[in-house]
Amino acid sequence: MDTQAIQHVVQSPNYILEFTYLIASILFIWGLKSLSHPDTARQGMHLAEAGMAAAILGTLFHHDIHFFGWIIAGLILGSMVGAAFAIWVPMTAMPQRTALSHAFGAVAAALVGIAEFTMHAGTMSMFTRSALGLEVMLGTLTTTGSLIACGKLQGFIRGTPVQFKGQQLLNLLIFVGMIGCFGHVLYDPLASGYFYGMVALGFLFGVMLVIPIGSADMPVVMSLLNSYAGLSSAATGFVLGNNILIIAGTLDGFSGFILSILMCKAMNRSITNVLFGGFGSVHHEAGPGATGEMREISLEDAAVRLAYAGKVVFVPGYGLATAQAQHAVRDLANALEARGVTVKYGIHPVAGRMPGHMNVLLAEANVPYGDLYEMETINPELDSTDVAVVVGANDVVNPDARDNPNSPIAGMPIIEVDKAKTVIVLKRGQGRGFSGLENPLFFKQNTSMLYGDAKNTLSQLAQEVKNV
Amino acid sequence: MDPMVLIAALYVFALAAFLGYQVISRVPPLLHTPLMSATNAISGISLVGSLVIAGAYRFDLQKLLAGGSGAHASWATLMGFVAVFTATVNVVSGFGLTDRMLKMFRKDIKKKEAAK
Repeated sequence: MDTQAIQHVVQSPNYILEFTYLIASILFIWGLKSLSHPDTARQGMHLAEAGMAAAILGTLFHHDIHFFGWIIAGLILGSMVGAAFAIWVPMTAMPQRTALSHAFGAVAAALVGIAEFTMHAGTMSMFTRSALGLEVMLGTLTTTGSLIACGKLQGFIRGTPVQFKGQQLLNLLIFVGMIGCFGHVLYDPLASGYFYGMVALGFLFGVMLVIPIGSADMPVVMSLLNSYAGLSSAATGFVLGNNILIIAGTLDGFSGFILSILMCKAMNRSITNVLFGGFGSVHHEAGPGATGEMREISLEDAAVRLAYAGKVVFVPGYGLATAQAQHAVRDLANALEARGVTVKYGIHPVAGRMPGHMNVLLAEANVPYGDLYEMETINPELDSTDVAVVVGANDVVNPDARDNPNSPIAGMPIIEVDKAKTVIVLKRGQGRGFSGLENPLFFKQNTSMLYGDAKNTLSQLAQEVKNV
Repeated sequence: MDPMVLIAALYVFALAAFLGYQVISRVPPLLHTPLMSATNAISGISLVGSLVIAGAYRFDLQKLLAGGSGAHASWATLMGFVAVFTATVNVVSGFGLTDRMLKMFRKDIKKKEAAK
């Protein structure tokens, strides 16, 4: 090889850096590809981690970096807080922490954009300014939107939708104002007043976008915010002319987008309906059908019924997470399996508050992933199931979605527990759950209700089963 | 931005979008939570942009307090610092939690328990 060329490479750290970014990008994609199977996932993610470490270390040699004080402070503080999250955030709190991380990612992108604008507004090309505008708008609205989502999930803010008259008109005005400021900055880069106006309206728009959305719709909202945060990072890549940012941001953005579509399909609703429908605020009177008497069952009877069953299917919902009952479910399942009962778990795509949340909780409780069944796989098996146990789930097992075309959730695919020979519903009280809908399942002949805290109930059931 | 660089960047975007769609569609619902956490950590790569901003300019408290255009560089440094902090939190907690979750997904728990 030409020695001059080699010298050139050695003398220009930027080529080395670009090459590091290339390797890191490949490792990121490899890591995500490995997530297609749980057996390969961990190893692949370690590769992605290595890529990330290389990219960060390489960047420290960037020729534009002259002062290290703030960098080191940020890296150390961030690592400490990040490690604390990684070690101590309980699995039940994953939705909140994910919402918070969307906010963190978005605020980083927004701040980079604002800083770039304050330093280089005059010298930017029109294209760079439009990318920067997109970055800052998406970044700011995702920041506050995710913080509101996080607050709702954590219970700092009430989970019920906040709606008022003229809300959509107000939102439209805010949106138009934000875009107007953006347009002005495009043509007059020195109009910093308009730029900061856009920033402020972006923050406000994020709040307005999420407050009308109820907790039950959080899986869609989380996925959408994920998508925005990613696209904001990708736009940062365009502003800085940095390919790895474009690649990683696009991957993140598309992942969020795909998840949003999957979640919407799982609820048979359009994205616009989720964003502007304000589901759960209206108290629909969905016609007749949901009347009759709920039959209560005693712990002892429930235990006997489970113990002498051939096949039991557990259907968990968000109630499982709030009651932290995942380990108790596993104890009961163990007791049943010790008696030779077949135990399976049916997971609805929107059970819980974020995509895949139930799987993680059950995996935490040592349920092997082979026992976790997707909705499509478990539904044909429910005919031959002796007892279906619903733990803190409501809408995802509501037969009205299938049978009653007037129901607000009509057409939403459900786990058809009503086809099982008997159903036991574990529920905290007689309330209606998040969507405020009456659930005819609870009034069916073959359904029995078992009230109380899910965790206690399940532990006691496990004891009873052992004593049968 | 140089038009050729811009075109190249758009190529990268289009190909990454296509590849992302293909790769992520194959992730089973079982792993959707780890997926979200992983993509979050990966998009924490925006850290490399934050690093450059946090380290490019001299921070001067007096100029910052004096305000005006002289304060811009110091403001940019501060914003870069906050961005470095939040992006680092995402990288570390994102990868950490992904790994913690993935560790829990096991196929052979029953066999192990039976072996005990």
